[in-house]
Amino acid sequence: MGIWEWLDDRLGLAELKQLALKKRVPVHRHSMWYYLGGMTLFLFVVQVTTGVLLLFYYRPTADEAYESVQFIMAEVEFGWLVRSIHAWSANLMIFTLFLHFLSVLLLKAYRPPRELTWVSGFVLLGIALGFGFTGYLLPWNELAYFATRVGTEIMGVVPLVGEFFLRVLRGGEDVTGATLTRFYAIHVAVLPAVAVALIALHLFLVQKHGMSVPLKHPNPGAPRSMPFFPNFLLRDLVGWLAALAVLATLAAFFPTELGPKADPFAPAPAGIKPEWYFMFMFQTLKYLPAHLLFIEGEAAGILAFALGGVVLLLVPFLDRRASRGEPSPAFTWLGIALIVYVIVLTYLGYAANPTR
Amino acid sequence: MTATGPSTNQTRRRFMDWLLSRTLTTWLLSTSVGGLLLSVLYPAGRYLVPPAAGESAAASVTLPLKPEEIAANSGQIFKFGNRAGLLIRTPGGELRAFSATCTHLGCIVQYRADLSQIWCACHNGHFDLNGINVEGPPPKPLEQYQVNVRGEQVVITRGA
Repeated sequence: MGIWEWLDDRLGLAELKQLALKKRVPVHRHSMWYYLGGMTLFLFVVQVTTGVLLLFYYRPTADEAYESVQFIMAEVEFGWLVRSIHAWSANLMIFTLFLHFLSVLLLKAYRPPRELTWVSGFVLLGIALGFGFTGYLLPWNELAYFATRVGTEIMGVVPLVGEFFLRVLRGGEDVTGATLTRFYAIHVAVLPAVAVALIALHLFLVQKHGMSVPLKHPNPGAPRSMPFFPNFLLRDLVGWLAALAVLATLAAFFPTELGPKADPFAPAPAGIKPEWYFMFMFQTLKYLPAHLLFIEGEAAGILAFALGGVVLLLVPFLDRRASRGEPSPAFTWLGIALIVYVIVLTYLGYAANPTR
Repeated sequence: MTATGPSTNQTRRRFMDWLLSRTLTTWLLSTSVGGLLLSVLYPAGRYLVPPAAGESAAASVTLPLKPEEIAANSGQIFKFGNRAGLLIRTPGGELRAFSATCTHLGCIVQYRADLSQIWCACHNGHFDLNGINVEGPPPKPLEQYQVNVRGEQVVITRGA
C-alpha cells in the first residue's frame, strides 16, 4: 500500500482531490477582481509570519516597548526587514481588502445566496482595521501615542456606555502602559483567533457557492470558465510572488520609521495623523463644528459613521433589486459616492495645512 | 360530573407528563446552561474592567521652576498629579494655568507664540488666553487653575 492510499483511507484525500478538480472559475472581463481576496489572504499569512517573528524580541511594556523595537531595528539581524515588511504588508493588506470589498460591492456579488459571505467579509474588514489600530500603538512612539489617545477618546463620545468602554479599552482613565498590554493582547491573541475562524467560514462559503458572476454577464447561467486547479491557482501564485517583490522593495527602500518615544507630558506634535485608512474619518471630524443641532459635533460624526457601517453591513438585505437579478443603479451610485468621499477626504487630510 | 372524572385524571397525568418531560427538562437545562455561561462570562467580564486607580488627590502642586523662567508670550507643560497642565505667561505678563488636556479629544495642547493662543495640534483647536475655545472643534473651555507666586515658587491650585 502506497503512502497516498494509506493517507486516503484516513483523510479521504480522493474526495478532496475530486473537489479541487471540479472547482471552476468563471472567465469574463471582470475576472481580475477574483484575485483580490486571495491576495489579501496571502498578505495576511505574511502578517502572521512576520508578526510571530517580531514576538521573539518585542516587550509589551511602556518602559521597554520602544527600546525593544529600536533593538529589533538596529541590532537584530534583518530585524529592520521583518518589521518593515510587517508594517508595509499591513498597509497593502488593508489596501487589497478595500479593493476586494469595493469590487464585490460594485459587481453586486453579495446577491443571494451570498449574503453571509458578504457579512463575514465585512466583519473581517472591521477586524483588519482593529489589527491596524491596535498594532499602531505597539512601538510606543509619539505619533502612535497621540493617535491612540484621539482614537480611543472617540469611543468616550458615545452616549451612556462610552465612558465605560473607554475605560475598558484603555485599561484606565488615560492611555498608559495598561493600554499597551491590552492592545498587545488584542493584537496578538484575540483578533488573530477571531480572524482565523471568520476566514475559515468565509472560504467555506466561497467554496460552497462558487464565484459570483456579474449581473450584466451575457450568459450568467453557463459562463466560460477555467479550472481552479491548477489554472487559477497558478495565476494566483504569480500575483502573490509579485506582491512579495513589491513588499521587499518597499521594505528595503522605505524602511518603517520609529520616531521619538511617546511622552504623555509633551504637547501633541503638529501634523499628527492616523494611518491613511483612518484619515477620511479623522479629516471629517476636523470639519465638524463643536455643536451640531443639540449634540456635540463629534458624537454626530461617530453616529453617522456607525450608521454608514450598519448600512454597508446590511447591503445584501437592502438591495432588493439586485437580489431579484435586476440592475440596481442606486447601490452602484452608493458605492461610487463612498469611493469619491473616501478619496477626497483622504486627499484633504494630507493636503490641508495642519495649523491655521 | 362523574363521567368527566377519568378524563380529568387523564388530562392531569398527561399534563404532569408533559411538564416533566418537556418544560421542566427544558427549564432545568436552559437555566443550568445559562448558569454555567454566566459563571464563566461574569468573572471574565469583570476581569476585563480595570480596577479603579487611586486618582491623584493632589489639589495643588509646586512647580520645579521660578516665575521669571517663563518669558512673556510663552507656555510650559507641567505635571499636575498624573495629568498634564499648561502654564502660560500672557503677552501682558500675567501668569495663568490650565489643564493641558484638550476638551475635544484629549490631546495635549501647546502655547502658540505666533498667535498668542493655546493650540491643539490634533484637530486644529484654538483657545484664547482665558482658555476659552474660540476656533475649531473643541466644545468647552480648558479647565483653569489658580496660579500663586510665593517668592521664588509657583504654586498651582485646582479650584474647589
